Amino acid sequence: MKIEISNGRVIDPKHGIDRKASLYIAAGRIAAVGEPPVGWHADRVIDATGLIVCPGLIDASARLREPGFEYKATLESEVAAAVAGGVTRLGCPPDTDPPLDEPGLVEMLKHRARALNLAHVYPIGALTVGLKGNTITEMGELTEAGCIAFSHADAPLVDTQVMLRALQYAATFGYRVWLRPQEVHLGRGGVAHDGEVATRLGLPAIPGFAETIALEAIFELVRATGVHVHLARLSTHDGVARVRAAKRAGLPVTCDVAIHHVHLCDVDIGWFNAQCHLVPPLRGLRDRAALRGGLADGTIDLICSDHTPVDDDAKQVPFAEAEPGATGLELLLPLTLKWAHEDKVPLSAALARITVEPARVLGLEAGHLGPGADADVCVFDPDSRWVVEPAALRSQGKNTPYLGVELAGRVRYTLVGGQVVHEA
Amino acid sequence: MRNPQLNATGSLQHLLTLEDLPADIVERILDTAVPFVSIAERDVKKVPLLRGKTVFNLFFENSTRTRTTFEIAAKRLSADVINLNIGVSSTTKGETLLDTVDNLAAMNADMFIVRHGQSGAPHLIAQHLSATDRRHIHVINAGDGRHGHPTQGLLDLFTIRHYKQDFRRLTVAIVGDVLHSRVARSLIHGLTTLGTPEVRVIGPQTLLPTAVESLGVHVYNDMRAGLAGCDVVVMLRLQNERMKGSLLPSAGEFFKHYGLTVEKLQLAKSDAIVMHPGPMNRGVEIDSAVADGKHSVILPQVTFGIAVRMAVMSILAGN
Repeated sequence: MKIEISNGRVIDPKHGIDRKASLYIAAGRIAAVGEPPVGWHADRVIDATGLIVCPGLIDASARLREPGFEYKATLESEVAAAVAGGVTRLGCPPDTDPPLDEPGLVEMLKHRARALNLAHVYPIGALTVGLKGNTITEMGELTEAGCIAFSHADAPLVDTQVMLRALQYAATFGYRVWLRPQEVHLGRGGVAHDGEVATRLGLPAIPGFAETIALEAIFELVRATGVHVHLARLSTHDGVARVRAAKRAGLPVTCDVAIHHVHLCDVDIGWFNAQCHLVPPLRGLRDRAALRGGLADGTIDLICSDHTPVDDDAKQVPFAEAEPGATGLELLLPLTLKWAHEDKVPLSAALARITVEPARVLGLEAGHLGPGADADVCVFDPDSRWVVEPAALRSQGKNTPYLGVELAGRVRYTLVGGQVVHEA
Repeated sequence: MRNPQLNATGSLQHLLTLEDLPADIVERILDTAVPFVSIAERDVKKVPLLRGKTVFNLFFENSTRTRTTFEIAAKRLSADVINLNIGVSSTTKGETLLDTVDNLAAMNADMFIVRHGQSGAPHLIAQHLSATDRRHIHVINAGDGRHGHPTQGLLDLFTIRHYKQDFRRLTVAIVGDVLHSRVARSLIHGLTTLGTPEVRVIGPQTLLPTAVESLGVHVYNDMRAGLAGCDVVVMLRLQNERMKGSLLPSAGEFFKHYGLTVEKLQLAKSDAIVMHPGPMNRGVEIDSAVADGKHSVILPQVTFGIAVRMAVMSILAGN
């Protein structure tokens, strides 16, 4: 099947392409951008006039809820949501039930995702058995089964000795470790940022320095072991400053921010809006500004959706009891565009944060439109506006602080391996 | 974001918090409560303002005292009162908070008086009733987590006004466990709304919330300095489970630094009043000589509490 996506604005951050051109796809791969290959004859022509053509989005962290939480979401519903949001590859954290700590579970997940033939799923394995923080997992076996990194998700890793061993072991074999920096004891029981809003509302709080204390501990362990650590879900002003300094000092660390934290802060909790109960907590205005600054100067490598579908019942309870998280796969693109618009970030630089940069951190040869690359493509209308409401979301999770809000940016076509898997 | 306790025309739909509650509504509640105090002194203590209405006391957290005062207030207004002590056990039975509310609403409730251990639970109920088009049911917050206890705040304001009249010249100190206190939060909002120029909180760092100054108060760690020149001293209850551990070393050491004694009270103005939301821990936050002394208005607070709750219910019912 030969597909021609004609007359769109092709943006390929990796290759510095941003111009009106046609994209030629043959045998599931990118054949050319601009000039058609010799003897070109398209089986299908997609008119992309007025649309943007970019690499399929890569979401570094999206919970698919399988196995164990099928009542919240299923692999089917969530990979359909992924391609509806232009996401063609995603990293999947290990906090399923049971956690992704056995090769069989990982193989099953990969197998089922392949059978659906939509977005590619890359499991991130559990760093310790059962995410209990006691015993390190069979990282070698898990890697062979398809894990691209190891993490402790949001489960507490109390014992620093175990963390050290896990990092040493990962370093031995060159595996990447993802850690969310939050000092375990300071985070215990907290549900909101320790500041004016939590004080007003009387919500148990997590201080910002829970993040910096954890970061400094991780940096010491990185120095000791040489392991590559990806810092997941940075949330504070001081956290960004510490990561910036660590990168300058040459430590092998990368980091991400969740898209909601780029836009929202604790004030948005309003009168106990449980949709704003997220992990890490939404922090202050100054923190949000610093996260944007970190994205602008590259301290923060990438933006992820931190997609967490939650069933309605689990949000229809008092704020602190509500299950944290927000659906995000279908909001990643419009909210990234919103950030680019607000901060006057060139579109190519903004799209890099959700294409080529996550590809680099996940270790994937993807996220670009170079000749010969897998034809994973997202074609979207940057100006088309839509209202976020339950019926507009494919994800089984309808939980988002953006319910009722109008956003710009609608995905028209998503291609995975040269096949159109979504059109709207 | 509009406070969900006011309806589209700005009048009181629910009483969820004193934060952002306009001064004219606060004053109207206090004014309405005045005649209700004298009703309690009559032989026949009932007025028919809530006749035919059904009030549910929905207590997810045990409290005999607050529940009783609401019950008396509702009965003096001639309402039918149903007491439900749901405690924590019902959640283990699987019924959710909103399921419980839906069931009681189906029994034609007119008013829910809600106490819950989680901050924001009454807001959740009020929003749920609005979303399901049952706006005629009113919600009164009888204490939610650390967040608010607006009728306690109002009765405190009523008591202060009764003894001190004008809020705009007062210095008020709130002493003790502000961090966990919904009473303190509600009173602070009420005092600042009515123009109190100096509100102080006094306590150790472990019992004061982060950025508490943002509520419009001055922070004192030294009780003696904080009490100097005060017109009103409000002592907060220290929960048993917080007397020993990482917040405080012992009840004795707390009393030494932050317990109100006759000697410390002398630092306040000579006509200062002493308040406490009850139940008191004698010898922990307050010395008996002060609790029972001439500055204490702790028992009048209880009496006024019923009148203030009658006023709130009466206004919500449209009187």
